[in-house]
Amino acid sequence: MTASLAAPSTPLGAKTRINDFSIQVATVNGSGSQTANTVLLRAIFQMGVFVSGKNLFPSNIAGLPTWFTIRASAKGYVARKASNEMLILMNAETAKEDIAKADAGALVIYDEPLQLDKLRADLSYIPVPFQKLVTASCPEPKLHKLVKNMIYVGVAARLLSVDMEEVKKAITKQLKGKAKAIEINQAAAVAGYDWAMENLEDQDHIKVVRDNKTNGLIIVDGNEACALGALFAGVTVVGWYPITPASSLVETFIEYAEEYRKDPATGKSTVAIVQMEDELASAGVVLAAGWAGARSMTSTAGPGVSLMSEFIGLGYYVEAPGVFFNVARTGPSTGLPTRTQQSDVELCAKCSHGDTQHINLYPGNMEECFQFAYDAFDLAERFQTPIFVVTDLDLGMQNWSSKPFAYPSKPYDRGKVLNQQQLAEAKDWGRYKDVDGDGICYRSLPGTAGGKGSYFTRGSGHNAYAQYSEKPEDYVEVVDRLRRKYETAKTHVPTPVFRNLGSVKGVLAFGSSDPAVIEAQDILAEEGLKTDYLRLRALPFTAEVDAFVEEKQVVYVVEQNRDGQMANLFRETYPQHATKFKSVLHYNGHAIDAKCIVDQITAFEQK
Amino acid sequence: MTTATPSAPTNKLGFTKQDYVGSKSTLCAGCGHDAITAQIINAAFESNIEGHLVTKYSGIGCSSKTPAYFINQGWGFNSVHGRMPAIATGASLANRKLINIGVSGDGDSMSIGMGQFVHAVRRNIPMIYIIEDNGVYGLTKGQFSATADKGSFLKSGAKNDLPPVDPCTLAIELGCGFVARCFSGNPKQLNAILKAAFAYEGTVVLDIISPCVTFNNHDASTRSYKHVKDHDFPLHDLGFIQYSEVEEVDIAAGATEVVTFPDGSKVAIKAIHEGYDPTDRFGAMKAIHESMAKGEFLTGLLYINPTQPPLPQVLNLVDEPLATLPEALVKPGPAVLEEIMQALM
Ligand SMILES: Cc1ncc(C[n+]2csc(CCOP(=O)(O)OP(=O)(O)O)c2C)c(N)n1
Ligand code: SF4
Ligand SMILES: [Mg+2]
Repeated sequence: MTASLAAPSTPLGAKTRINDFSIQVATVNGSGSQTANTVLLRAIFQMGVFVSGKNLFPSNIAGLPTWFTIRASAKGYVARKASNEMLILMNAETAKEDIAKADAGALVIYDEPLQLDKLRADLSYIPVPFQKLVTASCPEPKLHKLVKNMIYVGVAARLLSVDMEEVKKAITKQLKGKAKAIEINQAAAVAGYDWAMENLEDQDHIKVVRDNKTNGLIIVDGNEACALGALFAGVTVVGWYPITPASSLVETFIEYAEEYRKDPATGKSTVAIVQMEDELASAGVVLAAGWAGARSMTSTAGPGVSLMSEFIGLGYYVEAPGVFFNVARTGPSTGLPTRTQQSDVELCAKCSHGDTQHINLYPGNMEECFQFAYDAFDLAERFQTPIFVVTDLDLGMQNWSSKPFAYPSKPYDRGKVLNQQQLAEAKDWGRYKDVDGDGICYRSLPGTAGGKGSYFTRGSGHNAYAQYSEKPEDYVEVVDRLRRKYETAKTHVPTPVFRNLGSVKGVLAFGSSDPAVIEAQDILAEEGLKTDYLRLRALPFTAEVDAFVEEKQVVYVVEQNRDGQMANLFRETYPQHATKFKSVLHYNGHAIDAKCIVDQITAFEQK
Repeated sequence: MTTATPSAPTNKLGFTKQDYVGSKSTLCAGCGHDAITAQIINAAFESNIEGHLVTKYSGIGCSSKTPAYFINQGWGFNSVHGRMPAIATGASLANRKLINIGVSGDGDSMSIGMGQFVHAVRRNIPMIYIIEDNGVYGLTKGQFSATADKGSFLKSGAKNDLPPVDPCTLAIELGCGFVARCFSGNPKQLNAILKAAFAYEGTVVLDIISPCVTFNNHDASTRSYKHVKDHDFPLHDLGFIQYSEVEEVDIAAGATEVVTFPDGSKVAIKAIHEGYDPTDRFGAMKAIHESMAKGEFLTGLLYINPTQPPLPQVLNLVDEPLATLPEALVKPGPAVLEEIMQALM
């Protein structure tokens, strides 16, 4: 059988796209395709090419459709790309629709019996006899379903000119130590590769050419990066409750803690990890552990934060530290649990009833996930308050290449804690007295001997000495000081990152939107619109943010939610500039792409 | 002795009882909760408790205010309604040296906080968990709680048509190793049980019937002083003997059963109610259910199993408080990060 590799009727362009393409793989959830896709991604990465992967998976254990996109980019653009140059269609249920949506000129690898080649004339079809190949290459019938996917890795490797040795290496890496599985999967990949070698003509639309861009880089996801940050930050109490896309943060932490958080002298654990009955209880554990002097954390997503909110307000008002990772997903309610969004911006900024303001950290890449997770514990103890580290499914669960993390050698900042001797020497100590004028008071830890420093923590009205009080002046003194404390945070949280092309037009974004914004900025510049880009990394807004808002004529606020929540915070914080903020939005659950940003900004500019 | 001012007696740590008091109570005069506070103070004094190690947790309610009224040397945490168990869990994990006392109400623990109660007991958090049980929500002015007896009446005349939740059988069912019911109007029994509770390592559940004089002390109430007094059936006379390295432990004559704690302390039990064995879990359940069906309150040590490992032990935590572990012990070195980065390349 000869596959048609004739030039498509509407070619992508004369030039071959070298190290610059997207591949979309459509499979069935639970069929083992995640392993195959990661192997393909890793093999391209090992060829020295920048690559990113996005898994678009259903909220289901097995049986529903799932898509994985792999983007290679010589320029290092790692955002999702809206168009794909190669499709690998393994799912009979979605194949017709996938074909209908395909970009003209795409190469379509598909399972032969699906007979897709008559559907459109502007695509190049590559039917592959997967069943035949898997039967020949794998002796164990019960593994056929799982191993079948590895065949397309081999076929794609051949078509893209990815070195088979890199594929084998990637399989070995992915299946760490499982000798039998490695052998079977390698055999399947080779079978696919050999079949393609014999039966397919070469193609010149998209190619991988060996480069050196990824030398020394790692592949990691944001949840693992955050877990590592917490590991090195010396977290000692973890209370959590499983929820997609946040579970793997604590689960990865548990694996690392097993190995690296045992007291070498006794083999006993230096961290307590408890899976609680819900997020409410997790929040209580985190805050009480922080109150008692431990470094504590939880990881959750929007529904969990909603449940936690009564406790978050308590933490804010009684001034108990704790680190809350929110790996955001698509809301409201259960929403799309396996899709990404940045729709908890306002929730995390002001979580809980009454006047509350929280320090939020917004990492935008893997190194920052690691570093901000580490820093969050310092900030929590310095400011004696709940800290949100807000990522999202895209950062948290997708594969990103990154520079290896630098060792955080800065010693811990345990904040203003008085020990027995300091308490004995302190004159007229009051738990909520603002001695230094920065809004941050001195605390004592339960269990401190010496008869000084005990106090009563309460979520009801209290004065500077932590005594119950309903007096208006006491109440106002405390809440005004809390606002002062929040002001102090402005000089302690991460400052924004700039990418200025020299313009009075500003683009402002945060978190996982970063790669798409960078790419959009370049496209816009090519089209004649230069922009200055500020990537926000924390709340409260720092002086650099003030200056940017002050100085720009217009600020395009790019975010992944429907209501322009961050833009709302800006309008509220800078009412005199309220009309400058224009929302560029993306909220369908897919990761944001450059094109949608370019289109929206262009439309604004043409008005 | 009218002229001399006798110095107040001290305990083995040199503290007077005054060292175990708290701020002045703001509860209604005659509230059962205040009688419980008084016995906590007595028991802590007599048990030679180190005040600075005491932490006092509560939710919201009249009962939940009481941690402010005892052991000022300790640290208090009055949290949110129904969530005291999570607070106790977090703090007790952060520092396993703490002596944890949780005070809650029947609304706080059996209504809004039922889930947290259940899971804290399951986990065997090292704490004394006191439910000051008046069958109503005192602080919100007298609505029924989930422990109100079926067929009982509010002051307003409203009748409760739903069956009550019983914290004690529930706790036994959940595997709690120290379950007792007391009556705030029986200080002697309460004192002995509290002292035993201080020596116990895991979760102690004490359901203390504590009449609300303002909203649930009327004639039609099943939680009034009169009603509870008339229906209180103490199971036994209890003696608690704290372990001491120097003194030989003396068991009171007539004790029919002695339960020894891992630290060497002993509870001597002299049965009043024939045939009740507090170490027999299923027998205890049966007896409690039978007495409840008759409208009686069996009081005393309902169930005891002194050897269940508390959560910090189950988690195999280091002996020192996690809160103050040195950075060197919790922060892996650069070589570890390097090793992890290599694996991710
Ligand atoms: C989330 C929440 N809902 C409702 C309340 C109002 N509230 C305060 S105390 C209380 C009931 C307390 O009853 P109980 O625990 O039995 O304590 P008691 O006052 O009887 O000692 C309620 C409903 C609250 N504080 N928080
Ligand atoms: S209302 Fe009832 S429970 Fe509350 S203080 Fe008064 S008597 Fe006690
Ligand atoms: Mg009550």
